Formats: sequence, structure tokens, C-alpha cells
Amino acid sequence: MSVLRKPSVLPGFGLTLGFTLTYLSLIVLLPLAALALKAAGLGWSGFWDAVLTPRVLSAFKVSFGLSLAAAAVNAVFGFIVAWVLVRYRFPGDRIVDALVDLPFALPTAVAGIALSALYAPNGWIGSLLMEWFGLRVAFTPLGIAIALTFIGLPFVVRTVQPILQDLPPEEEEAAAALGATRWQAFRRVVFPALLPALLTGFALSFARGVGEYGSVIFIAGNIPGLSEILPLLIVIKLEQYDYAGAAAVGVLMLMASFVLLLALNLLQAWMRARHAR
Amino acid sequence: MSFRDRLSALRVNRLSIGRLSAMAAGVALAMLTVAPAKAQTTLLNVSYDPTREFYVEFNKAFAKKWQAENGQTVTVKQSHGGSGKQARSVIDGLDADVVTLALAYDIDAIADSGALPKTWQARLPNNSSPYTSTIVFLVRKGNPKQIKDWDDLLKPGVQVITPNPKTSGGARWNYLAAWAYSLEKNGNDEAKAKQFVADLFKNVPVLDSGARGSTVTFTQRQLGDVLLAWENEAFLSLQEFGADKFDIVVPSLSILAEPPVAVVDSVVDRKGTRKAAEAYLNFLYTPEAQEIAAKNFYRPRLPEVAARYADRFPNVKLVTIDGSFGGWRTAQEKHFADGGVFDQIYQKGR
Repeated sequence: MSVLRKPSVLPGFGLTLGFTLTYLSLIVLLPLAALALKAAGLGWSGFWDAVLTPRVLSAFKVSFGLSLAAAAVNAVFGFIVAWVLVRYRFPGDRIVDALVDLPFALPTAVAGIALSALYAPNGWIGSLLMEWFGLRVAFTPLGIAIALTFIGLPFVVRTVQPILQDLPPEEEEAAAALGATRWQAFRRVVFPALLPALLTGFALSFARGVGEYGSVIFIAGNIPGLSEILPLLIVIKLEQYDYAGAAAVGVLMLMASFVLLLALNLLQAWMRARHAR
Repeated sequence: MSFRDRLSALRVNRLSIGRLSAMAAGVALAMLTVAPAKAQTTLLNVSYDPTREFYVEFNKAFAKKWQAENGQTVTVKQSHGGSGKQARSVIDGLDADVVTLALAYDIDAIADSGALPKTWQARLPNNSSPYTSTIVFLVRKGNPKQIKDWDDLLKPGVQVITPNPKTSGGARWNYLAAWAYSLEKNGNDEAKAKQFVADLFKNVPVLDSGARGSTVTFTQRQLGDVLLAWENEAFLSLQEFGADKFDIVVPSLSILAEPPVAVVDSVVDRKGTRKAAEAYLNFLYTPEAQEIAAKNFYRPRLPEVAARYADRFPNVKLVTIDGSFGGWRTAQEKHFADGGVFDQIYQKGR
């Protein structure tokens, strides 16, 4: 007790910590514990039996693979968007800035319906892609990737933007004064400072993609073994009143996301330490 | 609505306004006198997606009848969504007085939770299904691919749109209808039936999660040559998008889709609404309600009403779930459970 009770400059630590723990338990910990508990009803071997089927594994590949791909695309293009929004002034820049948040605000089902209307073989973009490249987008894994890219974009832009904004100009000026070219200054001064934020955005975009249901389901095609995502399998299991099986898939997703996010966090900490040196 | 109906609606309105002010006065007087008898009942009908328009109309008729017979205002609230999802909500505690779902299997699941007896389906006439429907084909105007019967769906180059039987109650009817057709054609050869549905699903480019999703894929995204649909959904599509765009093709054999209804005992006993809830479901079997069902493209059970709509609902050979599949529980276990026939046809093909 005495270890915890170090006098603080600010009053109210005990009260706010108590509130924080209670609040987090109610909102985050309890539902996750309930999920784990439901899955625990299957037992260890039952859990793996429910999860290690070809169907779940292929959905696992689709969900995690395409989310990683979409997050990678977002890391590149989200970075460019953030760069342009911070470093240049142009007519309508405020509107573009506001547009970035649209995927946050739009109900995911609306996004899914809009995307599948656009990319369907008779849609505005889909018909052109079909005509020029013979490419089918909607109702294929490519359609899933597009939906995941759409919903993940703001995460990268909104994490990189403030860091880029607050970057002290002196560092770049010093680099220039020491004879660095623009490209060298970017590569060795600006980019390393932004990398942790970029990785955070990447991780957030990825995590969101793995759990995404509403916007994907309309554009995916949902063919078993080909374009089925993990959340759809959960819905399928619920539709059979297999609550434990659904929870098992949920726990699997949770575990995989946790491992990946942990790895990214470690990478980030390592990078921050290196940059600080 | 005729002038006369409107007049009586007005009168009902004025009546309820009068009732409202009477109730306000009642509240004011409640301190002095005993509170007036409860003059209002609310029922919640938890249903599936395409019944919305039907129940809006039906609820009005029921409220009128209840008012006339009991002098009590009854308000029926409606909840719509996927049939399985609705059943899960009721199991998880949604206060449904009555459920009107797409499959007996979904009400069975509610019964398994103890909310109503497992013999619920015998409590009302006709397997507790006051109206029926069947599975038909919706094709593009003029039927360019010449789709007449189930065999035509297997032809190379024909794209079939149907929702996923794993997530959609309606899609399970589609699948079982195809299965029943093949059994009938090949002298009950199960292996051939399995091959038949496997070939059929090879022609399915998109498996939407629900019936409405598939309708949108076919009508708005212009994908596919034929949509497997509930008859009432097919008629609604014609009504919505114009009969100049699509044709309805009735196959030689289909399945009798029986969307069942039931009172949820645990809820009505707690809320004290049993009488109204039972009257509500019984009213579904009256000529007036059967007429409303037929107008909303459901096949009426009453022969005299069915006769009036004979040109809308052509005679077709219909198999039943109990007769051909041994009931929903058996059908579900064999075809749609994990590792069932539907899962097998997708594992074999790839």
C-alpha cells in the first residue's frame, strides 16, 4: 500500500485510477472475458477442433492477408495524403482534409453498398476496369481489399498528420545547412521521426480491417474458401446457434491480433529508442 | 383507401384523442379515485425481413377488430431482420409477445431455450403457418437464357444468384427445393441430388448473406441470369422495378415454404398479454387477414381466398419440409450444419 501511495503534485489520483480501472473493466475487460469464457466451454481440444478447419483457416488467410495488404497500401498512400495536407496549401485543402474522415463517419454498411455499386461489373469504376483490363473487382478478394483500404485510410493520415505538423523545422534547416539534399533530409531526418507514427497508423488500419464486417460483406462475394472473411464465419456459426464455436473464432482473431499488435509495438519502441539516440 | 374508410379512420383518431384527454383527466383524478382500468395493450411482433409491408397492414386491421370487440387500444410494434438473428435476439431477452419467422427451425431454437414448449408447432392450424410461399425464379425480361426449370440452372454460362444457406433462412428453402427436384427426377438418388446442388452452386458467383442482398445484386447490380427467390419477394421486385424488366418463372416442382408463427409463452405470461397475443395470431387465419396476406403476395391457406387469387399463384407441385426432409431439425443437421452437405460441396470442388 505504502509503495503505491507516493505523494503526487496533482490531487485525486486514487479516485481517478479507481474510476479508470472500473470503467475499463466494464467496457473492455468484461466483454472480452465473457468471450473467452464462452469459448472455454469447448475445452482446449474442442477449441482447436472448431478453429482448425480448412474453412476457418482459409478465412483466416483472407482476413489477415488482405488486411495486411490494405494496411500496407494505406501506409504508402495515407503518408502521401498526410504529407500534402501538412506541407502544401492549395485551394480546397480544408475540404480534402475533411474528406479523410469520411470513412470514420459513414456507417460501414452504407460504405459497403456504395463501394459495391461503384465496383460492380455495371458500376462506374467497375465497368471501366472490366473494359480496359478485364478486371473483376466487386465480388472477388480484390473487392475485399478495396473495402479494407477504404475504411483504414483515416487511421494512417490522422496519426501521421499531427507528428508531421509538429516536426521542428530546425532539424531540416540544420540538415540543409550541412549540405544535405532535399531527398537526403527527408530520408535521414524527416522520415525516421515519422516512422513510429506511420507504424501506429499501419497497425490501427490493420486491426480495423481484420474485424471489419459491414463494408466487406456486400462487396466480397462470400464464396467459401475463396472470399469468406472471419467475421462472416462468426455470423454463420451464430446462425446455427453455435455460440461456443462463434466465440472460438472470435478468440482466435483476438489472439492473432494481439500477437501482431504486440510485435508492432515492440518494433515501434525499438525504433523510438534508436531515433532518440 | 375509400372515402368511407378515411372517414372511419378519422373517427377512430378523434376517438383516441378523446381517450387521451380522458386518460389525462384520469391521471389528475388518480390521487382521489382508483386508477381507471388499463385501456392500452402493446404487443411486439418479432418477424423477418420481407413481412414488413404485410404486418403494417395486418396490424391496422387487428387493432380495429380488437378495439371493436374489447374496447381496448392495442398497439403492435414490429421488429424486422434476418430470421436467425431475430430468433437469437428473442433468446437473449428481447420481449417478443409473438414471433413470426421464416423457418420453424428458428422458433425451435427459441423453444430450446425454454420460452415456449417444444410442441409449439401443433398449437395452431396448418403447422402454425397461416400463409405460405414458395421458391420461384426471377429472370430478365423475355427470359434470354430460356430458363424454364431447375435443370436449366446447371447449364454452362448461366449465372444463378442466391443467398448463402449458412446465413439466410430463405436460401435454405432455395437449396432444399433444388434438392427435392433432383430427388424426384432421379428416383430418390441422394448421390445424384448432391451432385445436382454442387453443379448448381458452381454457377453461383456471389453468395450474399441475406435474401434482400441477393435481390439487390440481381436487380440493381445487374449480376446473374436468374435469381432464386421467395415468390413474395419476386412479386415485390416486379412491383418495385417494373414488370418490364423481369419475368417470374415457376419451375415444375418447388417447395412449400411455411413461415411459422408462435406466441412466446414466457413473455406473454410475464407481461399479461396472452389473450391479445393469441387473438393476434388467430386473426391471421380469418378471411380478412388471408386477403391481406394474398395482397402482399403470400399464398393464403383459406381455399375461398386462394381461389380469388388463383391467377396470381399458379398451381405448382410442392414438396414439404416434413414430407421430404423429415422436418427442419433433420434437414438442418444433414445439410447446413458444419461439415454438412453444403460445406462438402464447397470443399470438394476446390
